Amino acid sequence: MEAIAFYLFSALTIAMFTIVVVSDNALYAMSALAGGMIFIAGFFFLLDAEFLGVVQIIVYTGAVMALYAFGMMFFDTTRAVKENVENKYVLNTLAGLATVFAVVAVTAPFAGEHVGYVLEAVAPIIDGVGNSQMVGYVLFTKYLVPFELAAIMLLVAMIAGIVLVSKTMDKNITMLEAEVQEEAEKDYKKDKIWI
Amino acid sequence: MEKYLLIALFAPIVGSLFAAIFGDRPKNVITGIVTSALLGISFLASFYLLTYVDETHIVKVELFTWILAGNFTIPFNFIADPVSVIMMVTVTTVSTAVHVYSMGYMANDKGYNRYFSYLSAFVFSMMILVMSNNFLGLFIGWEGVGLCSWLLIGHWYHKHSASWAANEAFIMNRVADLGMLVGLFILFWNIGSLEYDVVFENIGSLDNDTVTLAAIFLFVGAMGKSAQFPLHTWLADAMEGPTPVSALIHAATMVTAGVYLVIRANEIFALVPDVGFFIACLGAFVAMFAASMALVNNDLKRIIAYSTLSQLGYMFVAAGLGAYWIALFHLMTHAFFKSVLFLGAGNVMHAMDDELNIKKMGGLNSSMKYTGLIMILASLALSGIFPFAGFFSKDAILEVAFAEHAYILWAMLWVSAGLTAFYSFRLVMLVFFGKKEHKKFGFNPHETYTFVLLAMTPLAILAIVSGFFGGAFESYVTQILPHYDNHHHISGAAILIAMTLALAIGGIMFAVYKYSNGGFDKKLEQTFIYKLLINQYYIPEAYDRFLVQPFTRASTYAWLNIDNKIVDGTVDLIATTIYKTGDKTRAMQSGNLSKMLRWMVVGLVVLLTLALFYRP
Amino acid sequence: MDIGLTHYLVLSTILFSIGLYGVLKRKNLLLLFFSTEIMLNAVNIGLVAVGNHYGDLTGQMFAFFIIAVAASEVAVGLGLLVLWYRKHQTIDLDSLQDMKG
Repeated sequence: MEAIAFYLFSALTIAMFTIVVVSDNALYAMSALAGGMIFIAGFFFLLDAEFLGVVQIIVYTGAVMALYAFGMMFFDTTRAVKENVENKYVLNTLAGLATVFAVVAVTAPFAGEHVGYVLEAVAPIIDGVGNSQMVGYVLFTKYLVPFELAAIMLLVAMIAGIVLVSKTMDKNITMLEAEVQEEAEKDYKKDKIWI
Repeated sequence: MEKYLLIALFAPIVGSLFAAIFGDRPKNVITGIVTSALLGISFLASFYLLTYVDETHIVKVELFTWILAGNFTIPFNFIADPVSVIMMVTVTTVSTAVHVYSMGYMANDKGYNRYFSYLSAFVFSMMILVMSNNFLGLFIGWEGVGLCSWLLIGHWYHKHSASWAANEAFIMNRVADLGMLVGLFILFWNIGSLEYDVVFENIGSLDNDTVTLAAIFLFVGAMGKSAQFPLHTWLADAMEGPTPVSALIHAATMVTAGVYLVIRANEIFALVPDVGFFIACLGAFVAMFAASMALVNNDLKRIIAYSTLSQLGYMFVAAGLGAYWIALFHLMTHAFFKSVLFLGAGNVMHAMDDELNIKKMGGLNSSMKYTGLIMILASLALSGIFPFAGFFSKDAILEVAFAEHAYILWAMLWVSAGLTAFYSFRLVMLVFFGKKEHKKFGFNPHETYTFVLLAMTPLAILAIVSGFFGGAFESYVTQILPHYDNHHHISGAAILIAMTLALAIGGIMFAVYKYSNGGFDKKLEQTFIYKLLINQYYIPEAYDRFLVQPFTRASTYAWLNIDNKIVDGTVDLIATTIYKTGDKTRAMQSGNLSKMLRWMVVGLVVLLTLALFYRP
Repeated sequence: MDIGLTHYLVLSTILFSIGLYGVLKRKNLLLLFFSTEIMLNAVNIGLVAVGNHYGDLTGQMFAFFIIAVAASEVAVGLGLLVLWYRKHQTIDLDSLQDMKG
């Protein structure tokens, strides 16, 4: 059962992501990416990380992909970027080598598991306690400070996103204030309208 | 008493530093006065020590521990025992006179203040040399006098010959100093200390070969400083310096440092009579060798320089044969009469506008009576005529040579004594008597300042009378030096004295006779011997050809090939490699994100490869 | 056939390599972001799998933080991308050459 699920999800994920990297159409690519993200959530469920799986679906497929979708509206997606890739041979060799080496490097230590290399669990999973409950415990005890820092980071990122995309960002902010004031006065004089 | 020792030692350096303050300023008489006065104080302190110090009253001062490293302890300590006190008095006497004399001689010199600073620094170094109570302190003084000698010979550094002579003296001394250093290393290696007391106490326990080696290497140092063959050429060239410098450094004090070293280290040399005999042989050879060169030279100062060399040879004969007190005695009397001879020569030069060729002089006695008188007296002392100082000391050396059955050495010294008498009076006759050759060249000789003559007078008096103190001198210094009583060794000492005296008088008479009748035939100048002598046995030329020129060629070769091609080439190669690498790899930094990403992946692949395949 | 850690790690690596290939190949900046997301997700699978293998929650924690970082990255990155597009009317990677030395 697990094996079937694993291979199914593997095949689907790899297929989706391959579409993402090879597709010429940005819209297809985005759709495939969203699909891939959902299938990855499947792996999390397989690995008894239900909470993470839910988060994956909500955050990635819901929030991040929606963000990309909105982002794409800014760009003229019909006018696809013409991708002229030089030295395809070099590129493929590099990517292939990196893949093979990375696979070998990652699997090598576990291929020799009989060495008896046992690690002490830092936050052990306790039987009979639900995953979400455990995550809650660990997140709010051991990882409280990083959690808060992540929250601050997200806040900063949100503000950054708003500030960057706001229309007059290509001008100096202090100048902008003066300009806005000026324009407001102009408008006031012209149209006698308060803004 | 320590107080007087310190005053004697440090008064000169105070004067030197004071004069150094005015170093780059125009002439200021106060530097001359202050340095001379401080030298006078140093002299008085030394003289007071002379009256106080004897066998039971040896003054020792330890200022501070100088070097302390593991078992190696060198205190900065000084001693005033009979030997060093005699040296101190000799040095301060001559240098005080020379300082006062210099105030007249250098009166119109641009580097007046600088000159006095160097001169006093020299006296300080010399005092360290003679007063140190360990070999390392002696070595410091030894190097110090070498440095000051270099500064003073090169005082007129704008003259190429002067700077060349200064470098020659310095480099030749450096060669010898290496020998001395090796000697000191041997002593320290085997004894573990450089204190005089410790070294002399333990030197007897070393095996003969070690002592011989140490003695030889120490003597190599002495050879350089005292300009013994084959390191003698610098002394004659050193006459490029101001004449008072020649009088003080290259006649009375510094060049005798080698003799002082042998006397001071007599307990080492006494253990190895073979080395002593070699020293004596070399001394006798140099005495004759230098005297022969003085016979024909026409340069006023060089003649006296060769005579200095010759007299140093005499001292080494005495020291080598074990008659240390006689060597010290001759050192002292020689300091007096030779320095006054040089100062007289300085007066002559002053009168003749720095002309040195004695063939261009003559008849100066009429205009420079007092200088002439002093020069004649000093020459008599140098020739060893009774009752002048040279007679007593030089005769004693001849008696030593005879008493030690070194008849060949005695004969060489005896002949040299005759030659000395001859060339001394050849000089006197050519300069002060005879035809007034200088008229042809338009010179207008005149006597120098009175105070300059007064400064010379004490030295002249000492040159006359110091011989009479021989007995007192002997009993004084033999308190610590070995006794050497030659009068009982030989019967008929009187005959020897008479022979020497007769030869000296004969030499003087011959010179007086010949040069009052117009001198020698010009044809003699064509003979081989004359050419050999006037060219100093071709030794400077040989040094130039066989040492200096090959070394220059080797250096040029090394410069062009090793330094330029290999050393510089390596450095340039590194620079070029880095530069070219930068030039080539600059293309990587194209600013294109895609290319940068590719390079990043290349790096990733390399790191993965290393992680997989590299097993240390 | 039992599915072990190795399977997940190999999958993770393959997905990562797909992302890497995308990063290398794509010139469209938006798709470059997509590729980055793929790489981040691939790592997440690996972390969770290792954590599961050792019975440890730390892997999941790291995955959480990675998701948080990815979300921030998307917000800021997209903002910058929008700015760039406004200024240059293109999101071609080769146009990013202001730093050319």
